[in-house]
Amino acid sequence: MEHSPHASQKSLWLRSLAIVSPIILGYIPVGFAYGVLAKSQGLSAFNTVAMSVLVFAGSSQLIAVSLFGAGASAASIILTTFVVNLRHLLMSASLSPFLRGWKKSEITFFSFELTDESFAAHSARFPEGGANDKAETFCVNVMAQAGWVCGTVLGVLAGEAITDVRPIALDYALPAMFIALLAGQLKGKTHVFAALVAGAVSTGLSLAGVDQWGVIIATVTAALAATVWKEWISA
Amino acid sequence: MDQRLIFFVIVGMMAVTYLPRLLPALFLSSRSLSPVIVRFLGYVPAAVLSAMLFPSLLLREGRPDLSLDNLFLWAAIPCFLLAIRTRSMFGAVALGMGLVAAGRYFLGA
Repeated sequence: MEHSPHASQKSLWLRSLAIVSPIILGYIPVGFAYGVLAKSQGLSAFNTVAMSVLVFAGSSQLIAVSLFGAGASAASIILTTFVVNLRHLLMSASLSPFLRGWKKSEITFFSFELTDESFAAHSARFPEGGANDKAETFCVNVMAQAGWVCGTVLGVLAGEAITDVRPIALDYALPAMFIALLAGQLKGKTHVFAALVAGAVSTGLSLAGVDQWGVIIATVTAALAATVWKEWISA
Repeated sequence: MDQRLIFFVIVGMMAVTYLPRLLPALFLSSRSLSPVIVRFLGYVPAAVLSAMLFPSLLLREGRPDLSLDNLFLWAAIPCFLLAIRTRSMFGAVALGMGLVAAGRYFLGA
């Protein structure tokens, strides 16, 4: 085996799998939940899977499905998706210093599969030189999306049998995923501070009836407050 | 909405999702960012996740709910502790869904 020309390729798959397996294990239940819910809100199997292939953004897909079900207009669904996914702007910017020297076509491909979860994985890998291993980077992204699409397909297939998602708590898949991702992001006191401010502001705005922009406003406010605290107050 | 129109909405969703993912990586990568901006961006993931999470735990039908039958809120605590300990997304998702499902079954909440 050690002289096999495929040896390095095999270790690439194993290396990537080690990084991506927690993401896939999280995506399967949430993708499944999305598939079941999309079916119950009247999306065809084709459209349900197409959204996972083309959009690939879990929370906005779940939100869009409930909007389709509620009879929302095309424009309001697209606008809501835009606002909910605008956070990727900040994630994309935060990874950008590591992508110097990448070809434009490589960045174009990489960005298509930038999610909360792949961002969390790459923001841990890149400072340790992970951005130089493009094969592993792409492998992680493609395997993650494959997991998401598989979860969706399973959900569509099971959707025939499942009429109520509450008894199996499919509606808790997304909050539970956010909890797990958040746990991995609390790297110090300032991060905890940012999280608490964002949670408080977002909850307050939601109570005040600000729906679509609440997440973005809360995120920017909290990240600014944390930066000010770290740079000028605690320093 | 008919399935053809739904597909066009999905294509629109793709466009508005992809551009914010792509443009900063494409146009910022050749320039260096100031350390303050890099620090700001470092707080974004924790902030955005909390901003999406907290209202779903604390509010029910648009009102604050800290009562014992708010399963989403109470299930979040063991779920969070497990995630901190094990860093396992699957474990946390399975535990969270398990607790909420069990709570609904046994408490009828």
